[in-house]
Amino acid sequence: MKELLIIVPAFNEEGAVGGVVRGIHEAMPGTPVLVIDDCSLDGTIPVARDAGARVLPLPHHLGLGGCVQAGYKLAFELGYQYVIRVDGDGQHDPRDIPRIFEALRASGCQMVIGSRFYDGDANHTSLMRSLGIRFFRLVLRPILGRDVRDPTSGFVGVNRAALEVFSRSFPLEYPEIEALVVLQRKAFRFAEVPCRMRARTTGRSSITPLKSIYYIVHVLLGVFANILRLRPRR
Amino acid sequence: MDRLLDYTAALSLLLILLVLASVRRAHIRVEYSVSWLAGAVALLALSRAPRLLEAAARALNITYPPLALVLVTGCVFLLIFYRFSVIISRLKDDNVALAQRLAILEYRLESRDHHSE
Repeated sequence: MKELLIIVPAFNEEGAVGGVVRGIHEAMPGTPVLVIDDCSLDGTIPVARDAGARVLPLPHHLGLGGCVQAGYKLAFELGYQYVIRVDGDGQHDPRDIPRIFEALRASGCQMVIGSRFYDGDANHTSLMRSLGIRFFRLVLRPILGRDVRDPTSGFVGVNRAALEVFSRSFPLEYPEIEALVVLQRKAFRFAEVPCRMRARTTGRSSITPLKSIYYIVHVLLGVFANILRLRPRR
Repeated sequence: MDRLLDYTAALSLLLILLVLASVRRAHIRVEYSVSWLAGAVALLALSRAPRLLEAAARALNITYPPLALVLVTGCVFLLIFYRFSVIISRLKDDNVALAQRLAILEYRLESRDHHSE
């Protein structure tokens, strides 16, 4: 059985993805890195390959959830025990990967989240995002039965049990919060470890006020749908 | 007028319940339920708030408010149908599962070729 695969979803990240891949190789020498290219229009694929990553190019743009799930599916089929997702925009610090990996192995949890709020307020987090995170923490607390400090973090590691679940079912848009509810419905456990978030070095965030409202409505409905799905908890 | 507003409110509520039940049974994906829910909530609000309806009628320069409700109802559903036409057209191209499977198979074929070379 292969042990760990690092997946990097990327869309038009030619400016950042090379540094991300090199940072991962420095932090986790010998660990394979798979960049899932969501049909970028720029040079993301050659830049990622030049940096030493394997690349899974998608035939058309699927969005973040579909892109991440493609990586989960491939990792599951290839027999990996653990997968850690690092975003291709450079906001996640690869030096935190060993901490997430260690927590995954030691805790027995199905998912480990790299949390920017574990040790207090995070830098490089906009006011809008902070408010959104606080709102969803309140929403999720009674659902999950515990507090989750950073429910929107994409810096996550999963073990093979969660990999199997996500290979079959994974939210296609805005996956982070819904994924927590999916795991809760399976009676899976998650842990959080402190992580640093860095400022985006290239490109810019696509978040607008209108998209924020859509995001909130979409995620709330997704959570509602997951809670009320007729399938029994396992 | 009151009866028309009552019927509209009842139909709006029925639509909300139907859509939520469909979302719950995963017959409608969440993202495709938003238009229906937004339209139904808008009609419910108009039918239950006479001042809002009168304001809408004034804004549309219609002297008889129920006519404004009929017009707004028609527009809401036309917009919903339009949106779904766009979504269906996009879905035709963006078949997520097929795209993932294709990408994975291509990746595995290429990996096998590299190993056999």
